[in-house]
Amino acid sequence: MNSSLPLAVNDLTVAWHRKPVIWDVDIEVQPGQLVGVVGPNGAGKSTLLKAIMDLVPKASGRVEIFGQSYRQSRHRVGYVPQRESVDWDFPISVLDVVTMGLYGKIGWCLPVRRKHRDIALRALEQVGMSDLANRQISQLSGGQQQRTFLARALVQDADLYLMDEPFAAVDAATEKAIVEILRDMRKAGKTAIVIHHDLPTVPEYFDAVVLLNMRVVACGPTKDVFTRENLERTYGGRLTLLDEATEAMRRRERTL
Amino acid sequence: MSVLLLLTLFTAGFQISDFRLPAPLLAVAESLTNRSIAWPEWEQWKRVLLVQDYNTRVVMTGTGLLGMAAGLVGSFTLLRRRALMGDALSHATLPGVGLAFLLAPYLGLDGKSLSVLLTGAALSGILGVVAILYIRNLTRLKEDAALAIVLSVFFGAGIAILTIVQQVPSGHAAGLESFIYGKTASMIASDAQLIATAGLLSMIIIALLYKELTLLCFDEGFAGARGYPVFFLDLLLMALVVIVTIIGLQAVGLVLMIALLVIPAAAARFWTHDLKRMMLISSGIGGGGGLAGSAMSAVFPNLPSGAMIVIVCSCLFFLSLLFGRSRGVLVRIARRWDLNRSVDRQHLLRGMYELLEAREPETGSGAIGMPFSQLLAMRTWSSFRLLRQIERCRRAGLLVRHDNARLSLTEAGLAEASRLVHEHRLWELYLITQADVAPARVDQAADTIEHVLEPELIVQLEELLAQQRMSCGVVASPHPTIEQGRMP
Repeated sequence: MNSSLPLAVNDLTVAWHRKPVIWDVDIEVQPGQLVGVVGPNGAGKSTLLKAIMDLVPKASGRVEIFGQSYRQSRHRVGYVPQRESVDWDFPISVLDVVTMGLYGKIGWCLPVRRKHRDIALRALEQVGMSDLANRQISQLSGGQQQRTFLARALVQDADLYLMDEPFAAVDAATEKAIVEILRDMRKAGKTAIVIHHDLPTVPEYFDAVVLLNMRVVACGPTKDVFTRENLERTYGGRLTLLDEATEAMRRRERTL
Repeated sequence: MSVLLLLTLFTAGFQISDFRLPAPLLAVAESLTNRSIAWPEWEQWKRVLLVQDYNTRVVMTGTGLLGMAAGLVGSFTLLRRRALMGDALSHATLPGVGLAFLLAPYLGLDGKSLSVLLTGAALSGILGVVAILYIRNLTRLKEDAALAIVLSVFFGAGIAILTIVQQVPSGHAAGLESFIYGKTASMIASDAQLIATAGLLSMIIIALLYKELTLLCFDEGFAGARGYPVFFLDLLLMALVVIVTIIGLQAVGLVLMIALLVIPAAAARFWTHDLKRMMLISSGIGGGGGLAGSAMSAVFPNLPSGAMIVIVCSCLFFLSLLFGRSRGVLVRIARRWDLNRSVDRQHLLRGMYELLEAREPETGSGAIGMPFSQLLAMRTWSSFRLLRQIERCRRAGLLVRHDNARLSLTEAGLAEASRLVHEHRLWELYLITQADVAPARVDQAADTIEHVLEPELIVQLEELLAQQRMSCGVVASPHPTIEQGRMP
């Protein structure tokens, strides 16, 4: 129980139809750090974020955010989901999406008011999209979609941000803008946990890194942990025996 | 589908003498075909159009509100991709109607009162949805299979129960079958009042929870992360579908109720990219369909009102499909034409620029103009298409036509042409240097994409290829533009 730690994960296991997706994960994140989560496809990176936010059921383990459960400290956590997780043909505007970050503050049944729109517009300015506020989201480019999601998280003014691949398939300008914002966050003492795919940029962007492949291969300051040897252990041979065992269990399950 | 099936069964019944339909089906089929449909007198039209009858007024208020509520609820179910759930739910209501009629006397209730029948319908509809969820979660069947199973089993059971109801001595069950296809003629003021109240109630719920339901439909994951009860909201949306379906049973009937939930919302999507506007249009189409449909059904009292309402709605749907302002077929054809025209214009200007460029060392200036035949040879375009484009550019002040079919660019034309050539070559260079496209093939490869390049992309290209830019602002072509043999 440490209320200054933005995130402490103990023994976290998440299973899907009894097949573990992440297994026995232990992570501690220090305040004011940018943390990269790195690992191959299917390593359970998105599942880790979702389990932290209680979006998928945990098989076992405990998650503490600022020393409390996610439920209690929800207002201090901002979430940027994967861009592909929503239908960008949905009939709403950029500003509508960004104000969604404020729905919790606005409260049930009450309409979005002028002051909320102003907050949303400021966040859009921060990500360099204020001129696109009234555009329909179907007309956005990939980078603009990502910045819209980022702005939606920014309006929450959270202390801990969880971001699912914000750099995936974005243009150079967007990548620069996102890095800029992450650094501003760090300056303001905020913490961000970012799933990242592009290995060469990891040392430049992140203070600490979590190497994940079903379980945590290594976790700590980037300069100590982000080594060739650790990367090989993360990306090289999967845990074949564990894989086979769980696969066998799943097959059994299907015949039952 | 089921309408067709019933009709075929019915006609078959005439041909095969010992074939007998179950009583409710016979009743339905009779109400569909056996009565004569005479073209109404003008007097009748006038009475309906001026809503002179009290009863017509009552019915139209009810169905209008029903259509509006269905349009609003339907918008959300369409965006949540739960449209078919409504269909399964409405079909699952039939056994409830029959059972409520059978059991009501034992509970000391009136088996023919609408509220009793609708309560039964609601209960069995909810049971149907629960069955779908159970089948989906507990077996390996997918949702579509679960929907189909529940829909058909409940509907079949309903038909069987209605047959039994017809044979009960104390029956007087005539009218129950109107729930299948809808019949507004039997609607009385208190029924319309019930529909209006429930319709208004669901509209108020939608208005209050507009924000939350939008979030649910757009980004379920984010809603969950922010602490919204996603499951509860889904349940609420389902409850709204139940309300609208149940009050629609009498007017539209359970077979066609799904149309009122889907068609207005789908039609509205052709008109706008804005959710609020979409919901307004959708409720307008639903309400209009309800009003017009029930008016038609008042003029032709022997036709089932459900079919009338759905026919009016689908006419509005086809109009939207054709003329919809943001996604309609015509708008999209017009946009394509626009694009083709601007592509032709770009080709013409670029062709003229390249001819000019090739000649410049010899004559020093392009003022004399270039022959039409040379332009025609540059691309595979017909002379008609080229002439039409030349005329368009001339009217836009981009080029001048001299006599003997020679053309030259104006000041504005030259500026536009050099911009286009510049962008085209930037893109070519990018493809050669970054994407390893062979210089001989790059012209075509660039051509397919460059017409949709946006200004921001051009800026990025320029930055990327800054070292390759020429002082005059137009980069040199990375490949020979005009074959030597064709030179003038």
